[in-house]
Amino acid sequence: MSLIVKKVAQLITGFIFLYGIYIIVHGHLTPGGGFAGGAIVAGAYILQTLAFGRDTLLLKKKETNTSLSESISILIALMLAGAGFFIGTKVFFNNYLPTGKIGDLVSAGTIPLYNIFIGIEVAAALLTIFLALLIYKEEIEE
Amino acid sequence: MEVTLSILLGFMIIGAIFALHAKDLLSAVIAAGIVGYSLVICFLLLKAPDLAIVQVVVETITLIIMVAVVLDSTREELKVKIDTQQIFNISLAFIFMLALIFFFVQATDMLNPFGQHSLRMASAYVGETAAKTGSANLVTGVLFDFRGYDTLGEATILFTAAIGVLTILRIKGKK
Repeated sequence: MSLIVKKVAQLITGFIFLYGIYIIVHGHLTPGGGFAGGAIVAGAYILQTLAFGRDTLLLKKKETNTSLSESISILIALMLAGAGFFIGTKVFFNNYLPTGKIGDLVSAGTIPLYNIFIGIEVAAALLTIFLALLIYKEEIEE
Repeated sequence: MEVTLSILLGFMIIGAIFALHAKDLLSAVIAAGIVGYSLVICFLLLKAPDLAIVQVVVETITLIIMVAVVLDSTREELKVKIDTQQIFNISLAFIFMLALIFFFVQATDMLNPFGQHSLRMASAYVGETAAKTGSANLVTGVLFDFRGYDTLGEATILFTAAIGVLTILRIKGKK
């Protein structure tokens, strides 16, 4: 890509990444949540990859890492849900943490934790799909 | 607001029809993007910012991937000859369409008029979500607490999709 695209991508990627994290962390207070924030975080990585080519992310290694973090985060979300079965009443997805004051950043029990792990899962899944399309295309061409 | 929504819906229909009939595949992909981005504005007008955020991000990412695919493969549409097998398929599709329309008309007779639904569950959610879960955002409270199974299922679908892409696209295999 040209110099203008590279420079604008350099300037903007950090802000997009931070905005995605903001959307994930404030999911229980403002519009958005795990899915929207995860997609925005994945978008930041995709912008970086499109502007600078595949060499910036050292893709052959990173692709396995995104797949790993995706698997681990969905496992943790399942374990959080399963923990509700053993703590207190026997309900899957039970909200067993104290809910706190409405409107605080640390409130709403387990909802922010689910938001964070679903966000990691969505970002890793979208990035894995994008990188798979990129890497295997180059493997075919070789 | 109805006037704005009607204009947007007409715009979406025009974009979809153009996407079907465009000679160049790249302009067809861009025209399909019109539908998605108009849907974002529709969501904003209908006061659903959660959905609008998700839609604008996912639409952008899919548009990027589609443009990349079109630029890599071919920009011209393939010509397909119509034989008896395809005539059979098309007529079968029309028969299913007529049957679906018949059943939809039957089903909509049973519903309340538009805008006056009897939402027993929804009124309970709207009233008690903040008190029961402590979440200021109603949508997240419903998605991650009352309807936790739905969210888990959606995350599992994405997980399965990523694994499926990795499995299908790997031609050389791991060394």
